[in-house]
Amino acid sequence: MSPTAAARQIDPPANGLSSHAGIYHYDQVDRDFLKERVEQFRRQVARRLAGELTEDEFKPLRLMNGLYLQLHAYMLRIAVPYGILTSRQVRQFGRIARQYDKGFGHFTTRQNLQFNWIKLVDVPAILDLLAEVDMHAIQTSGNCIRNVTSDQFAGVASDEVVDPRHYAEVLRQWSTLHPEFSFLPRKFKIAITGSSADRAAICIHDVGLIAKRGADGTVGFEVYVGGGLGRTPFIAKKLRDFLPEDELIAYLEAVLRVYNAYGRRDNIYKARIKILVHELGIDAFRDEVEAEFARMPVAQYRLEPAILDGIRTRFASQPYEALEPISGILARARLEDQAFNRWVRTNVAVHRQPGYAIATITLKPAGGIPGDVSADQMDVIADLADRYSFGEIRVTHEQNLVLAHVRQDDLPALWKALADIGFGEANSGLITDIIACPGLDYCALANARSIPLAQRISERFADLDRQHDIGELKIKISGCINACGHHHVGHIGILGVDKKGVEAYQLTLGGSAAEAGAIGDILGPALSADETLDAIDAVVGVYLDQRQDGERFLDTLARIGHTPFKDKVYAAH
Amino acid sequence: MARVTDAPKVVTANRLQDGAVVWLTAAGDWSIRVADAQVQTDASSAEAALGIARASAARQEVVEPYAVDVVVEATGPRPLKTREWIRAAGPSIDAIPTAA
Repeated sequence: MSPTAAARQIDPPANGLSSHAGIYHYDQVDRDFLKERVEQFRRQVARRLAGELTEDEFKPLRLMNGLYLQLHAYMLRIAVPYGILTSRQVRQFGRIARQYDKGFGHFTTRQNLQFNWIKLVDVPAILDLLAEVDMHAIQTSGNCIRNVTSDQFAGVASDEVVDPRHYAEVLRQWSTLHPEFSFLPRKFKIAITGSSADRAAICIHDVGLIAKRGADGTVGFEVYVGGGLGRTPFIAKKLRDFLPEDELIAYLEAVLRVYNAYGRRDNIYKARIKILVHELGIDAFRDEVEAEFARMPVAQYRLEPAILDGIRTRFASQPYEALEPISGILARARLEDQAFNRWVRTNVAVHRQPGYAIATITLKPAGGIPGDVSADQMDVIADLADRYSFGEIRVTHEQNLVLAHVRQDDLPALWKALADIGFGEANSGLITDIIACPGLDYCALANARSIPLAQRISERFADLDRQHDIGELKIKISGCINACGHHHVGHIGILGVDKKGVEAYQLTLGGSAAEAGAIGDILGPALSADETLDAIDAVVGVYLDQRQDGERFLDTLARIGHTPFKDKVYAAH
Repeated sequence: MARVTDAPKVVTANRLQDGAVVWLTAAGDWSIRVADAQVQTDASSAEAALGIARASAARQEVVEPYAVDVVVEATGPRPLKTREWIRAAGPSIDAIPTAA
């Protein structure tokens, strides 16, 4: 788990059919560590159940192991490092879902998986099952550096400059159980991409990294800091334009040290690094970081090429076939089947390897629960990954899955198989591809329900002709101001509030988590759920009436402003 | 701090072993059915019930007990706040994804 792990003997992957999946493969040291950690938590659970630990004593221990107590049960959040899974791991999720949950799991905006119906007494056994497939729930909660997230198209995107997975793994190893950063003022989230298009929502993270190449071809990082949502949303500010590769860890240590030293611990709502950056100002914050960096024995933290090479060798590569760049089978299928053609248009992206494609599986069927997958669906997806994508599955921050290495020839068969399990919807990036937090149906912090509203919007806009006519439009729903559903950066954001004991929803327009990140503006007073549905219809109606050739929703909004939308939505009020 | 109201109350918590929502009964034990909850109609009886619940929490049977405002209907007490009736009735959605 440390950078020196890279130099250790590499074991054959214990992943059977998934041996070509592009994950970092553990060795025996990693597995021994996980086993030890499970035993440690098993003893803590036993002491809690025996009454030797109070809830106050136990709570920080369970949180550091990803275990929350929610409305109806315990919730276990499992780390999916930078969102990449093997088919074997997904099958294990299915097994856990059947044996210890209610038969399903929920993929989150941090590329993790949550089980909502966990019993405390079962948690050690579940952690054993996770450890069997090199997984855990460490640092999925608590005031530490959380699971590092990344671009779901990492390593395969046609627009990629640098593959961010290897650096994400460096960050994972560096941040795991880091003694200095295990008790930060608040949680700390890092996202990394290596493409010009930001699919990892860099701008809303505590630290966002864009891996890129300098004029001489060397790798470095554009560093952003102080992004975040919650009750005080900020778009991250640029800290460094080009941080040399070998200084990555030293510089991040300096950032974390400044935060650890100056971040507020007296007020939970002002404890995130975004508040520190805002209050100091980015220039003063940068001065602090650079001063700390200058004091550090940088050589000790240098990210040596040998370490990076060692990590690269632990990622399996995919034995791609030499294929024609354009598949005749795919072209014919698109001509013959309009429904399939539509799915290709929205859910398939260009792969850097000729003859291959990237397929997004939107977990958003009409009327479905965003991000929920049943155990049976998990098994089918794992089988499809083995058959069509080298046994690898990726999770997106938009609560979807990706098969990243599909032969273009195989896309028709893949789509049919996905449609058979209810996941063949051609809606990636469209109005029904909704992000929604668990909301008041599960979450102890929520003020209002998110999922039923997402389901109703999904049903209302289920007509795919209409969805495709509307084009790119991202709705994001949060059940409280903590903003786990990213409503601030939704093209249409929906925030659930408690209005004198009644659930109500506040709309924002114009947010974006893409390259030019933006926080949406509040449209007006909060509405009931029924009114919210009508309001979304009204907003879409104004857009369709007013849009000019080629304009997306955000383009029209930028051109005509909020007033026409507000006038229409509140006309009846 | 929860607002003090005159509404009838029941006492609830989550069970330690499995996190299940439980309701304090007249017998001083816990039921998973809100219909079994004992309704407290005045402040002193509500406080006494909370005392029983806190003792149970100290025995590590339940976690974080508290009182909830209810309306008493023919079928029994029904929590007034959305959060609490969802706790009582379970998620308001079909919790199992369809298909497959």
